[in-house]
Amino acid sequence: MPVEVRLPTILRAHVGGAPVVTVEGSTVGELFDGLVSQYPGLKGQLITESGDLHKFVNVYRNDDDIRYTGRLDTPVEENDVVSIIPAVAGG
Amino acid sequence: MEGFGQPTLRLPRSEYLKLIGHCYDGLPDEACGLLAGRLQPGSFAPDGRVEIVYPTANADASARTYSVDSRDLIKSIRDAEAQGLELVGVFHSHTHTEAWPSPTDVRQAMEPSWLYVIVSLKDGDPVLRSFRITDGKIQETPVVLES
Repeated sequence: MPVEVRLPTILRAHVGGAPVVTVEGSTVGELFDGLVSQYPGLKGQLITESGDLHKFVNVYRNDDDIRYTGRLDTPVEENDVVSIIPAVAGG
Repeated sequence: MEGFGQPTLRLPRSEYLKLIGHCYDGLPDEACGLLAGRLQPGSFAPDGRVEIVYPTANADASARTYSVDSRDLIKSIRDAEAQGLELVGVFHSHTHTEAWPSPTDVRQAMEPSWLYVIVSLKDGDPVLRSFRITDGKIQETPVVLES
């Protein structure tokens, strides 16, 4: 089913500037696979080579952090909004 | 560094005290939090006035690095949005070094329009400084405490 994915400024260049894209999938992982096949520039920005969520991004299904709800296996439903927000970090 | 950058960070005294208090509460680890304010009309750049300081957990629980807890991050974004504000910056403490961006701070600075505020606790009194970090370049911005 189509789900809305909101992208941070820093990733929008890879999707032609759009703040929101709609992708098909029933889990966050499927949405991301769909995103990367539509927008190859996103490859490596969301998922590490070993297939896990990149530590420099936070991903929320509605307002729930997917790290606490099954990570990439987190189910999504129509009308959910998935938000990708860069981690805020430093030293 | 060439001159001061813009905008001037303008921090109400009550929010300044909240920010500094959170830095001391975090010891011996680094503390961190988010800054909410308004953007300049027609721009992605903040106007510099911080309306709300959001103290957040340091998910790294470390004296050397910080990561704003991801659940605190979304809560702060939603609270700011509800008040017509935006996140315009982040603060964190340096427990034993100067109030100057570390190489890690520069590498991980994702938001060129944000104000990156650093509080050094290495001496008796806290030292707060504010920076823009754009494409790896550091530019300090002036800081004014307001009532």
